[in-house]
Amino acid sequence: MTIRHHLTDQLMMAYAAGALPEAFSLVVATHVSLCSECRAALATFEAVGGAVLDTGEAVPVGEDSLAATLARLGEPESAPVRRRARGMLPAPVQDYVGGDIDHVKWRSVGMGVRQAILPTADGATVRLLHIPAGQSMPDHGHRGLELTLVLQGAFRDSTDRFGPGDVEIATESLDHTPVAEAGADCICLAATDARLRFHSLIPRLAQPFFRI
Amino acid sequence: MLTNTALAEKTQGPIYRLARTVAANRLASPGGKVFVTVEHAETDWVSLMLRVRDAQDKAAFAVLFRHFAPRIKAFLMKSGASATLAEECAQDVMATLWQKAEQFDPARASVATWVFTIARNRRIDAIRRARRPEPEALDWGPDTEPDQAEVYEVAQENLRLGAALATLPDKQRALIERAYYGDLSHSEIALETGLPLGTIKSRIRLALERLRHQMS
Repeated sequence: MTIRHHLTDQLMMAYAAGALPEAFSLVVATHVSLCSECRAALATFEAVGGAVLDTGEAVPVGEDSLAATLARLGEPESAPVRRRARGMLPAPVQDYVGGDIDHVKWRSVGMGVRQAILPTADGATVRLLHIPAGQSMPDHGHRGLELTLVLQGAFRDSTDRFGPGDVEIATESLDHTPVAEAGADCICLAATDARLRFHSLIPRLAQPFFRI
Repeated sequence: MLTNTALAEKTQGPIYRLARTVAANRLASPGGKVFVTVEHAETDWVSLMLRVRDAQDKAAFAVLFRHFAPRIKAFLMKSGASATLAEECAQDVMATLWQKAEQFDPARASVATWVFTIARNRRIDAIRRARRPEPEALDWGPDTEPDQAEVYEVAQENLRLGAALATLPDKQRALIERAYYGDLSHSEIALETGLPLGTIKSRIRLALERLRHQMS
């Protein structure tokens, strides 16, 4: 997999700092699962956090704090066996789906497009999208930030082509009509912190029902 | 520099004396910026952490606790926790460090970085009440012994990173700190916070080389 569209340093730093809503964190964790460059960037931004903690202030803990902590130390856990997730979905997505792609509870949103909203806190939402090969998504703009990570197939819009592992970062300045390429159906993980702005009436009417 | 193996072979006494000396030097230095000492300190935290990991050494844990618990508490208070909650969570974080010690890998992160990630996750859980999706763990293969050169390199990089942060103007440093305290939203985090980009970029390159080496 050759990844051409990566996460920005801002997003990597926000994820390392724990400042991202859960929905965006899932997209970042999934991209990092597929991308060594961003894994290296994450380690670096976490090291900045380590430096901030280590060189920051210290507030004395209670006198009995160490004793209280020592008293509750139990048997250490054995390290989890580290294996790549089997199946089509990367491990972080499988954690939210409760299994691989065959466990996804799809709902039709029209024009052959299916989606499954994954449960997250914090306001922002994240969904899996299944777009039939050759099909276009409704033309839309954004009120906030939208991250779209391709898991299978590819799509194109006015900016570029996005294949497996690529992330498109869309902000308020981007209006686009993503089209799934011919070949395999396109499966994406998409997170947004605001509702999309559809330009035609039908998707706008459908919006309250589908939470898109 | 002593390798971890060399340190681990020593009796407990000298290690702890060294750790105490390091702490004392740090306190005594004006502004706390003694880079040579910090380098030694990083090495020592690794050895202590490995004693916790490999021998469930409670004395080593106590030394780590005295250094990190007050910093975790301060970190969580800056993140908006009350002193009581921060104290409780600092104990949780240190207990997690013990519980999950098997997962500590000095070729991937310094002890301070590892402590930071546990404290950050505890904050997300306690204050935001959200889950934290984590990337898929890499399969490092059967060889679990860290490469000494890589452990040393990680310590050196963190030293450079700490030094670069220490030389930033106060205003920029404060912005970076606020970002890591969770005090800035993701849209407020911009790289104009003044992160030392040269240092960051070279560290990312090194981390990538190491990843490729470890995975090959």
